[in-house]
Amino acid sequence: MFDQYVARRYRTDLRPDPETYLIKDKTAVVGVGQTEFSKGSGRSTVQLACEAIKAAVTDAGLKMSDIDGLMKYTQDPNDEHTLIDALGIENLNYFGELNHGGGACTPSIMHAAVAVATGVAKYVVCYRSLNQYSDMRYGRRGMAMAAMTKPMSRNGNDGLIAPYGLTSPVSWVAMFARRYMYMYGATREHLGWVSISIRKMAQNNPDAIFYGKPMTMEDYLNIRMIVEPFCLYDCCIDVDGAVAIIVTTAERAKDLKQTPAIILGATQATASDGVMMTSYHRPRIERIPESWYAGEELWRVTGVTPKDIDVCQLYDAFSVLVPAQLEEYGFCGEGEGADFCWEGKRIGIDGELPLNTSGSLLSEAYIHGMNLIVEAVRQIRGTSVNQVKDVELSMSTAGLGVPTGAIIFRR
Amino acid sequence: MSVEYNKENPMPVPTRYFDYEGYWKGIDENKLTLQKCGDCGAWCHQPQPMCPDCHSIERKWEEVSGKGTVYSWVTYHESQEPSFKAPYSVVLVELEEGMRLISNLVDVKPDEIEIGMKVEVVFDKIMDEITLPKFKKV
Ligand SMILES: [Zn+2]
Repeated sequence: MFDQYVARRYRTDLRPDPETYLIKDKTAVVGVGQTEFSKGSGRSTVQLACEAIKAAVTDAGLKMSDIDGLMKYTQDPNDEHTLIDALGIENLNYFGELNHGGGACTPSIMHAAVAVATGVAKYVVCYRSLNQYSDMRYGRRGMAMAAMTKPMSRNGNDGLIAPYGLTSPVSWVAMFARRYMYMYGATREHLGWVSISIRKMAQNNPDAIFYGKPMTMEDYLNIRMIVEPFCLYDCCIDVDGAVAIIVTTAERAKDLKQTPAIILGATQATASDGVMMTSYHRPRIERIPESWYAGEELWRVTGVTPKDIDVCQLYDAFSVLVPAQLEEYGFCGEGEGADFCWEGKRIGIDGELPLNTSGSLLSEAYIHGMNLIVEAVRQIRGTSVNQVKDVELSMSTAGLGVPTGAIIFRR
Repeated sequence: MSVEYNKENPMPVPTRYFDYEGYWKGIDENKLTLQKCGDCGAWCHQPQPMCPDCHSIERKWEEVSGKGTVYSWVTYHESQEPSFKAPYSVVLVELEEGMRLISNLVDVKPDEIEIGMKVEVVFDKIMDEITLPKFKKV
């Protein structure tokens, strides 16, 4: 199957070995924190980060001085100096950063888990802080032209795409969406059901930007098109806000305040012929091979199957990514993802796979996927506003069209 | 319909990044040339510094037929770059040789575009110093 997805072969000889996969059952998320999500925070991203991290430390029952590790997004504007000075942390034993926007969310947790499992650090905080609405919106007017005047800044592929006006993430994914819809007969109504189901989840979440704003199919079909085939409600919401998550060992977690979300497994994946959100040279562009790889490895190292997952947060910067990931992670067969979401029953709170229970990126906030992980943790703790009954396994995925990853928590 | 520009705004000057230089040199002569490995003969697009198949750094640029089909497309209803007038469409063309290019169609309305539509390359001199390969319906 994977030979149709990508040009080069799947390297079975390089796969992680389940016997020596050290983070399984040995690491956990013990604290989560966030700011409000808003259209205009009125304060710096350093302050937002401090507030979220302080909330996560308090949630875990730790002191700020316990934190000795920090995982940041490459896209985060603040460096380690700035942040630890603002937090009053004397020294870090471990710090690192991950590129690829939302592709960094669950991989940040994985890196933190590796650090605590190997004893390099004790308590690692992962965070994302952004004034995405008021400061740095993707696809903002003039962004592509600015990038192109700096020839060495990215790669020459910009010069093959931007001169034609294909200049924003929504258009890059719309190109993929058109092909997905053509190949599998998915309609705008299919995508509408994804957005409507997720919007419904947000109606119980006071933190969500779309709280108190339910949506019908009529609303969906009548809202303005942005880049066809995507309308406004196929796209996530740019907001200001921050989220922080603390990782330590399962052993230390026993003495802390919260029910730990034990990490059963986390994986990262890349695939050949990848270009940032524009991997149009692959044999089949309607597929997401990075997610397929991330899933294959996740099922292998954890020993569980898609059927065992009780609740899942799929990275949904754009609606079409939900059915596409359902297929790549094996929750349904190829081309069945759109029908899986039809009318929202199977992905609803009482469905066979409740999805994106906080309202996620489409209806809660676009915190580059970190808010999805917090919701996955809440489902383990039993504190979600859309709590699924008797959750044993809770999953979350990372950004698409870039190197990605996924994580499974257990009770 | 073709893409219309607001030329008083910054226009998209393609950067001649090292590995892409041969591509733009071809465009200068109104030729669509793509990268081919000088040793094993494999096409390589997007351009790469080394052949991913045989790891040779002998690269050559060879003219392609310029014929292909529309593989996917999008239509901007709101312009995100001031230099582009909305609505406009962007297509992904699959060439006969199998490689794909992002481009615009010339003289085709957005609602006439279909996946599988046969197209052929044309060279659109959008400004004195900028020529872009675009596609017309066959
Ligand atoms: Zn070669």
